[in-house]
Amino acid sequence: MEEWFDAKLQKNEMIEPKDWMPDNYRKHLIRQISQHAHSEIIGMLPEGNWITRAPSLRAKIVLMAKVQDEGGHGLYLYTAAETLGTSREEVLDALHTGKAKYSSIFNYPTLTWADIGMVGWLVDGAAIMNQVMLQRTSYGPYSRAMVRICKEESFHQRQGYESVCHLAFGTPEQKAMAQDALNRWWWPTLMMFGPTDDKSPNSAQAIKWKIKRESNDQLRQRFVNQTVSQAEYLGLTIPDPDLKWNEERQAYDFGTPNWDEFAAVVAGNGPCNKERLAARVKAHNEGEWVRAAATAYALKKNEVMSAA
Amino acid sequence: MNKQEALFSYTLRLADNGLILSQRLAAWTGHGPFLEEDLALTNIALDILGQAKSLLEYAGQVEGKGRSEDDLAFLRGEREFYNTQLVEQPNGDYAKTIARQYFVDVFDFHFYTALANSKDETLAGIAAKSIKEITYHVRHSGSWMLRFGGGTEESKQRLQDAVNDLWRYTGEQFEMNEVDALLIKEGIAVDMTAVKAAWDKQVINILNEASITTPLVAVMQTGSRQGKHTEHLGYILAEMQYLPRVIPGAKW
Ligand SMILES: [Fe+2]
Ligand SMILES: [Fe+2]
Ligand SMILES: [Fe+2]
Repeated sequence: MEEWFDAKLQKNEMIEPKDWMPDNYRKHLIRQISQHAHSEIIGMLPEGNWITRAPSLRAKIVLMAKVQDEGGHGLYLYTAAETLGTSREEVLDALHTGKAKYSSIFNYPTLTWADIGMVGWLVDGAAIMNQVMLQRTSYGPYSRAMVRICKEESFHQRQGYESVCHLAFGTPEQKAMAQDALNRWWWPTLMMFGPTDDKSPNSAQAIKWKIKRESNDQLRQRFVNQTVSQAEYLGLTIPDPDLKWNEERQAYDFGTPNWDEFAAVVAGNGPCNKERLAARVKAHNEGEWVRAAATAYALKKNEVMSAA
Repeated sequence: MNKQEALFSYTLRLADNGLILSQRLAAWTGHGPFLEEDLALTNIALDILGQAKSLLEYAGQVEGKGRSEDDLAFLRGEREFYNTQLVEQPNGDYAKTIARQYFVDVFDFHFYTALANSKDETLAGIAAKSIKEITYHVRHSGSWMLRFGGGTEESKQRLQDAVNDLWRYTGEQFEMNEVDALLIKEGIAVDMTAVKAAWDKQVINILNEASITTPLVAVMQTGSRQGKHTEHLGYILAEMQYLPRVIPGAKW
C-alpha cells in the first residue's frame, strides 16, 4: 500500500478520498486544511470590522463581497476536510477551544480604512503565493478547492491594490494613512510564510508528501521581489532599512522579521487573539438556538411527510 | 411641489430604505448563526445595497444639482433621510432580524412588482431588475419565519417577541403624502392601498402558519416621510458617514 501511495506521488498523480493513504498524511492534511478554513473564517473579522464604515458605496459593496468570498473559501475547505473523515462540529470545536491554529496575521487589528486596502494588497497577495502552489498539492479535493479559491484571491489582491492606489494618489491625509498602514502590515505579512526553513520541521515532510511544493523562504523571497516595485509605483516606503537589490542573486535582500513577536502571536498573545476567538465563540453560541430551531423544524416536517 | 421635486423625494425614500437596511444587515457578516446562513444574509444585504445605489444615482440625476450617489449617502443629515423607522431598528437576535426582513421583503415584493409598470422608465427598470432578487429574499426570510414558529419553544417565543416589538413600525410603509398623490396622477408612483392589502394577507397568513399571534397595535409609529426618525438613525449615520466627513472631497 505504502509503495502504491509513494508511486502515485512520484508520478504526480492526485490522491483521492477513497484511496489508501498513510495515517500521518491524513492527519497532516486534516490539520492543514482545517487551519486554512479557520483562517478564512477568522479573516472575515478584521475586514468585516470596516464594512459599516466603508467610505463609498462602491467600496462597501466590494468589501462585503470580499468578506463573503472568504466565508465561501472557508466553506469549500471545511467540505474538503470532511472528505478525510472529520466533521464540521469536530473542527469547529477545535477552533473554539483554542486547540486549532489559524493564520496569525488576523490577530492584528484593522485600525484605519487604509488597513483594508493593505490587507487585500499584502495579505491576500502573500496568501496567493502559498495558494498557487497548493493548486498542485497532492490531495485531490484540497487541490480543486484551491483552484477555485485562487481565482477569487487574485481578484481580492487587485481590488486591495486599487484601494491603496486611491489613498496613495489621494489627499495628503490619505497618503499618510496608507504609509502608516504599510508600516504596520509589512512585517506581519512577511511572517505569514512561516518560520525560516531551518526552523520549520513540518515543512520538509509536507514537501516530501507533495502537499507543499516550495519552502517558506522561497515563497517569502518571491513575495518581496514582487511587492517592492508595486510600493515604488505607489510612492510608499517599505519599512525595512536593509531592503536592497542584490545583483548577484537577482533578488532583494531584506531584514529579519521579529520572530519573538511571531512566537508571541502564535502562542495567543497577539493584539487581537482573544477578541477574534471570542467573536467566533459568541457567534456560534448565539447561533445555537437558531440551529436547534432549524433541526427541530426539519424533523417535524419529516414526521408529517411520512405520516401522510 | 413640482413633478421633479416629487420624483426626487420618492426615489430618495426608496433608496434610503435599502441603504439603511443593508447597513444593518451588513453588521451580521462574519457573525451569523452558522456559515451558510452568514453567506446567505450577506448576499441579501448586497442585493439590497446594489438596488439602493442605483436608486441614489437616479435621485441625484433627477435632482440635477450634481450630487452623486455617495454625496447623497454620506453627506445628508438625519432629518434629510426618508427611510422607514422599521429598517433602522436594531438587529437584535436573529428572530428580530428575520422578522424585520420578512416585513420589508413582503412589502418590497408587492411594491416593486407594481413599480415595474411605472411610467418612469428608470424606476420601472430598477424595479423589474430587483424582482428576481426580492423573490428569493421573501423565500429566505419566510422559511425562517416558519422554522422559528414551528421549531422549538424558545425560537417561537423569540419570534413572537420580535413581531410584538416591530409591529408598530410596519404601518409607515404604506403611508402616502402629496408626493405620492402627484406621482400617482402621472402614472409613476404605486398606490399603496393595494400593496397594503396584499401585504396584510400574506403576512397574517404566515404568522398563522407559524402559530404566532398577530399583535393588536392601536397606534402605528409615523414620521419618516417628514424625515423624523427613531434615535437609532443618528448612530447609524455617525458610523456610516464619518470617514468622508473627516477627509472632505477625497476619492476612495
Ligand atoms: Fe480566502
Ligand atoms: Fe484570504
Ligand atoms: Fe481573499
